[in-house]
Amino acid sequence: MSAVLDRPAVEPHLDPDLDKRDDVRPTGKRLGPGRRRRLAWLLGPGALLALWTVTSATGILDPRILSEPWTVVATAGELIADGRFQENLAISAQRAGLGLFFGIVVGATLALLAGLSRIGEALIDGPVQIKRAIPGLALIPLLILWFGIDETMKVLTITLGVFVPIYLQTHAGLRGIDLRYVELAQTVGLSRAGFIRKVVLPGALPGFFLGLRFAVTGAWVSLVVVEQINATSGIGYMMELARTYGQTNIIVLGLAVYGILGLLSDGIVRFIERKALSWQRTLAG
Amino acid sequence: MAAHPGGLTAVASRPLTNPSADAAKAAVSVRDVVRSFGPKGVLNGVDLDIAPGEFVALLGPSGCGKSTLLRALAGLDHDVRGSGVISVPDRVSVVFQDSRLLPWDTVLGNVTLGLREHDAESRARRALAEVGLAGREKAWPHELSGGEQQRVALARSLVREPQLLLADEPFGALDALTRIRMHGLLQDLVAAHRPAVLLVTHDVDEAIALADRIVVLDHGRIATVRTVAPGIASSADAAGHEALRRDLLTGLGVEAPHAPEPVHPAQPAAVGR
Repeated sequence: MSAVLDRPAVEPHLDPDLDKRDDVRPTGKRLGPGRRRRLAWLLGPGALLALWTVTSATGILDPRILSEPWTVVATAGELIADGRFQENLAISAQRAGLGLFFGIVVGATLALLAGLSRIGEALIDGPVQIKRAIPGLALIPLLILWFGIDETMKVLTITLGVFVPIYLQTHAGLRGIDLRYVELAQTVGLSRAGFIRKVVLPGALPGFFLGLRFAVTGAWVSLVVVEQINATSGIGYMMELARTYGQTNIIVLGLAVYGILGLLSDGIVRFIERKALSWQRTLAG
Repeated sequence: MAAHPGGLTAVASRPLTNPSADAAKAAVSVRDVVRSFGPKGVLNGVDLDIAPGEFVALLGPSGCGKSTLLRALAGLDHDVRGSGVISVPDRVSVVFQDSRLLPWDTVLGNVTLGLREHDAESRARRALAEVGLAGREKAWPHELSGGEQQRVALARSLVREPQLLLADEPFGALDALTRIRMHGLLQDLVAAHRPAVLLVTHDVDEAIALADRIVVLDHGRIATVRTVAPGIASSADAAGHEALRRDLLTGLGVEAPHAPEPVHPAQPAAVGR
């Protein structure tokens, strides 16, 4: 027997007083970004908020151009008190959520079909690239003619905006799977389904999550578009109504809500991404 | 097993004149196999048989076609033009030069990859214990050292109880110390599981240390076949070892130095031939 394998695995003892001992070492220049710190992502948005507060308080920023933060908070309080805020937020969130859901399903399915078969790629990739070249706004007149101005049309517009980044990134992730793993799958006798489950899906997951981050932000952007063009409810409608009455504070509140929603949803996706891709060892850490 | 007591036995480059009779017993039978990439012939009519449980090392300079032959046996050359008849057992495992572990699966998940039996997990745990990695089942591949990753790859191939183990320079990317340990491990595993083995290597000493028989491939043809006697492999027969080594190196177009250094630390200095 080879000696190395017979040796029992002994965990080396770690001195409990390690931190108290001298630690003199040469420190080279660190090129990576260093250790991840909790809540560090709040720093940028926080700085922006501080800048807004300070310029408003000192009068540098005219309230007619941009309402003060406290006015916006007060407005939010009023709108929450009479229930209009929750009502509009709920309908907006529902539209974005539905559009996102359908977009993810469509985008991921098309990416798998295009990535796993040559015929699928020949049929799907071209049309998606064409769709990608057409701005979402340009499709709205046609969608209104086909579906009217009810919820179907709104959810569909968001879906059309969402599925493209999901498709593109998932497809790229799929295509980027190392051929060596495909060979491996063959030598261990994986079935087609097993190959998709064990190799293709996890291999395409980093690409999918990148697409998801684009998609989530894109869903909110498409939402603004549909709610400001033709709607009788939703955050965008609330803002559009405020414009006609010159209520800057409500407009700014709407913007802030969109911003917070976008930041929150991106944070959620990144959290899930970190958990799901914990096998990765990257610069992001 | 296939070693002859005489130590060094030269065999004709086309050892089998009656393929049908011998092919029935053989684990691997390769007949007149030709493979070519574009106009360039990589394998130009290769015949090879490997008996069940026999350990064959395929030696050759880079570009001689040894990896092409291994890939042909593994069924991994879909898009390569060629002809010939290859027969291999049902259960074939491949170990690559890179450990080829799926980075998104745990060590245990990698070993059980493709296993359908209900006791796959317990078998995988046993295989991991066999290669000295008990307790690392939940680790990610990137948390292991290069040698440990290659041991996982060995566990993954042996958990399938292969009748034929194909190894394409499996220790080529490892440091010299780890390589020696891995040689010992592979010998133990092969002794325990008795698969036929085809080991592709460019390391003459590795081939002598591990194989029952050494096949030298040159320009897509089998140039030399040598049987390794047990005494030679264990370096007990230092002179025989050195003679075989020189012989193989000459066959590979390399002049062996006149005063050879000891190959293994424990090996006594070679006395004159």
